[in-house]
This record gives sequence, C-alpha cells and structure tokens, in this order.
Amino acid sequence: MAETQTLRQWLLTDTPSSRRHAKLSAIYQGWLSFRSNTMAMIGLWILILLVLVAFAAPLIAPHDPFVQSLGNRLAPLGTEGHVLGTDSLGRDILSRLIYGARITLYIVALVALIAPVAGLLVGTVAGYVGGWTDTVLMRITDIFLAFPRLVLALAFVAALGAGIENAVLAISLTAWPPYARIARAETLTIRSSDYISAIKLQGAGPLRIITKHIWPLCISSLIVRVTLDMAGIILAAAGLGFLGLGAQPPSPEWGAMISEGRRFILDHWWVATMPGLAIFTVSLAFNLLGDGLRDVLDPKAGE
Amino acid sequence: MLEIDNLNVWFGKHRDRVDAVKGASFVIGQGESFGLVGESGSGKSTILRAITGLAPLWSGRMIVEGQLLDHQRRKTFFKTVQMVFQDPYASLHPRHSVDQVLGETLHLHGFSDIDARVVKLLDDVGLGQKFRFRYPHQLSGGQRQRVAIARALAPEPHLLLLDEPTSALDVSVQAEILNLLADLRASRGLTYLMVSHDLSVVGHMCDRLAVMKDGEIVEVLTVDALRATKASHPYSQHLLEASL
Repeated sequence: MAETQTLRQWLLTDTPSSRRHAKLSAIYQGWLSFRSNTMAMIGLWILILLVLVAFAAPLIAPHDPFVQSLGNRLAPLGTEGHVLGTDSLGRDILSRLIYGARITLYIVALVALIAPVAGLLVGTVAGYVGGWTDTVLMRITDIFLAFPRLVLALAFVAALGAGIENAVLAISLTAWPPYARIARAETLTIRSSDYISAIKLQGAGPLRIITKHIWPLCISSLIVRVTLDMAGIILAAAGLGFLGLGAQPPSPEWGAMISEGRRFILDHWWVATMPGLAIFTVSLAFNLLGDGLRDVLDPKAGE
Repeated sequence: MLEIDNLNVWFGKHRDRVDAVKGASFVIGQGESFGLVGESGSGKSTILRAITGLAPLWSGRMIVEGQLLDHQRRKTFFKTVQMVFQDPYASLHPRHSVDQVLGETLHLHGFSDIDARVVKLLDDVGLGQKFRFRYPHQLSGGQRQRVAIARALAPEPHLLLLDEPTSALDVSVQAEILNLLADLRASRGLTYLMVSHDLSVVGHMCDRLAVMKDGEIVEVLTVDALRATKASHPYSQHLLEASL
C-alpha cells in the first residue's frame, strides 16, 4: 500500500517511519493549522512580498532613489513617471520606498538576531541556575527595563554616533530585557517538571539541560513575542530615523523620509504619508503573522 | 541492596523548614520488591527523591549496593538506580520523540550501539517499532508510561524506584503496566522500591511493605501478614480496613 500513499497521507501519518519523516510530519501539521488562519496568511504574504521587493529593488524601482531633479520637486500623486509623486528634492518616492524596504529588513533581521538570543541566554541561565546568578542577572535586566526604550536608544546612539548600525545596536540593547523575563519565567516552570528530573537522573549536566531541554520549549514563545515586537522595532527604527539619529540622508529609510516630509505636510501631504503607510503595512503584517504563529507554536495552547 | 538508616529529609530553611521524612529506616534485599504505603503527603515519594538526589536536604545513612551515598550523585549511581515517575503526561519532554528520549539516555550512559538498543528497549516494554518516532502527544497514557519505563531500563539498572507508576492511568491500563513491571522484574532480576497509596497494588507487586504516616515509618510488615490482616499498628489497621 505504500506506493499508493499520497504525499499528504505520508505527511499526516501517525506512525512515522524515520526521524526525518517525524520531523517533516510535525512541520506539515503546524503549517496546516497556520494556513487555516486567514489573517496570518495575509501577514505572511505581505512579508514575502516585502522580501521579494527588497531583493529585486534595482529591477522594479522605476528611478534611481538618489537622483534629484529640482525642477520636478513635490510632484503630486499620479504624476507621469512618478506614481507616488516626488519629495522636496525631486526624488521618486516609490523608488525610495522600494529601496527603503531593504533597510527595514536589514534592521528587523539584525535586531531579531541579537535581542532574543541575548534574552534567551540571560533568562534561561538565571532561571535554571537560580540563587545569586539569578538575582544579579535579573537586577541588570530590571535596570534596562526601567529606562524608557526610545530614550535609552537615543542615549546609545548619541554616545556611539548616528547611523543605521548603531541604531540597530541601540534598539537591540533596549529590546532584550523583556525576552529575558519571558525566558526566565518559562524556565522556572520547566525546571521543576518531571521530564527535567528524569534527564537529571540520567546524569545530564546543566549545559545539556539548558540547551537541549529548556531552549526548545522557550524558543516558540520567544519567536511569537519577537514577531509581535517587530512592529515596535520598526517603529523605533523609524522614530530614530525621524529624529535624525538613525539612517542618515540621503539613505531612503522610511522614518527619515517621514521626517523630511514633515516640513511640507500641510501643502504636500503624500511626501510624509506614503512612507507612513509603508511602515503601517509592514508593522501590521508582522502583528498578524505573530498572532498566527502563536496559535501554531505555543505548546500550552495546543495538545 | 538498599539500606536506609535514620533518614531525615526536609525542605526550606529555618522558620520555613518542613520535615517531610523523619527517622525512616528500612532494608531491601537483592531481588526483593518493597512497598511504601501511606496517604498523600506522608513522605513516601520524598524518600525516593532523596535516594535519587532530587531532594538535596537530607541526613542519615543511605547505602546502595554496599556504597554509602553522599550528597553528590555520580554517573555510576544512575547506572545502578533508576526511577519511574508518577505522571506519564509530565515525565516526557513534549518536544522530544520516543527515539530522542531513549537515544539521549543511552548516549548519556555511554552506549555506542544506540539504534539496536532503542529497538530492543521498545520491544521489551511491549511497544514495538511503530512507536519509535512518535511524539508524546501521539501516545496514550499507558504508552507514555511504557516509554518512561523503557527510559528507566535503558542504563540497565539493578534497583528501580517506582513512584506510583499506575495512579495516573485507567484501571485496565494499570493492570497492563503492573504485569509488565512484574515480568521485567522476573526476567531481569530487578529490585523494586514501589510507592503507592493503593494497598491492592502493593499486595499484588510486593513482598514486604512499610506503612508511613506524617513522615515516619510506623510499621514494616510482609504482604502475607497484610493479607492475613495481622497489622499491629492502629494506623495500618485503619488503612487496611479502609481498603477492604
């Protein structure tokens, strides 16, 4: 009967025949439950589109985002050759938005790599080891949490100098404490469970228990939290850009574009609105995706 | 095999200190099956946790196979003593397949022929190959407990600590697991220390038993004496009457 089995049946089996089969089957079942969530799928499509646009920017952008044409400045929406109009220096807004997607993705990817990993490390070690280690690590976390996010990021950028890398670093430094808190809370419930006791009885050391047994259970809730936080991170990056401390002109970062358009917002509203709409769409997409992922990944919701 | 002498176990410090076990002493011979009986909170599970090192605050003497235990457990200890937990729904990692659970255990104990041993273990506990790559949520309670038993058997221990291994299972499944445990003991020459609040389970599985109340062992008697209702301590008589 094995030959007549379709791929779908093979993936949905209750009796996997190999390690790889079991893994693929688990992933496919997660995908099925994710796919049934329409809003999350919309979010996923928007983000896929964003990635494609960022990669193909030189092919699809109608103009060079840096070329100025002062004779054609502040052209309105729908102008011949400039669908979304031009900004105060006559640069095509659509092209700048398309190239700006690259910067947004760059920021998001870097922050997503730094902040949750740092938080996971600090949180699980504090939660599992306990005692003095826990007290010291959590007080450090509290100190970072006590600062308003944007103010702390401002201070870092001011100290390190303005620029996109420093903005990412500053945002990461302010973003990790909540992840550490989540990871620690999860670790505290996990570490007293029977399956951790059981692996201790096999002689497993703390390093193995934290990396192989606690991390896999913390990561799913962290992924959800990161996707939900992505909107905030994009907004923080845009905020730094808006204040002139993130990406520097003439870089087409969306927050910086809003900042430039602010001067003309009453007479030429589209200059600030178009990048605002882009930020809004991507933030919304990340929120929708995060919501869908929570349904799939949260071990407490399922089973 | 196992000698417990004047064991005290407590939790917390100073004013928060709770004495869970007070002056417990008993001896289990090679190949014997010994039961610990008592109501919830009488400290029977705590004795098992103290033996395995999961309850770190204790005093007294514990001797396993002639080795006096200190507060640090070594890997060789876990090759001698293993434990099966009460709740099979909590004792298996939710993200690890059966294969991962058994494979990691075997790896930790330094076995090299892991694949062959996983297959053998699954056969020994009556699960078979089709369960090898399943995750815990794809298993029933009885099947999970069989996996937990396989995990405990993996390092080839001599003494198995059973912490109410059937209390979280359906009645029909309970009998299956108890029979499996009895068969394994016969075929591998294991020694059992079994905790239960169910006198009929202990009567079925054990040769001798100790009755516990409020952290103290009030009486040690044979199962034959139990059957003949010859318990001498009033509390054991009370327990016996309640279960008849």
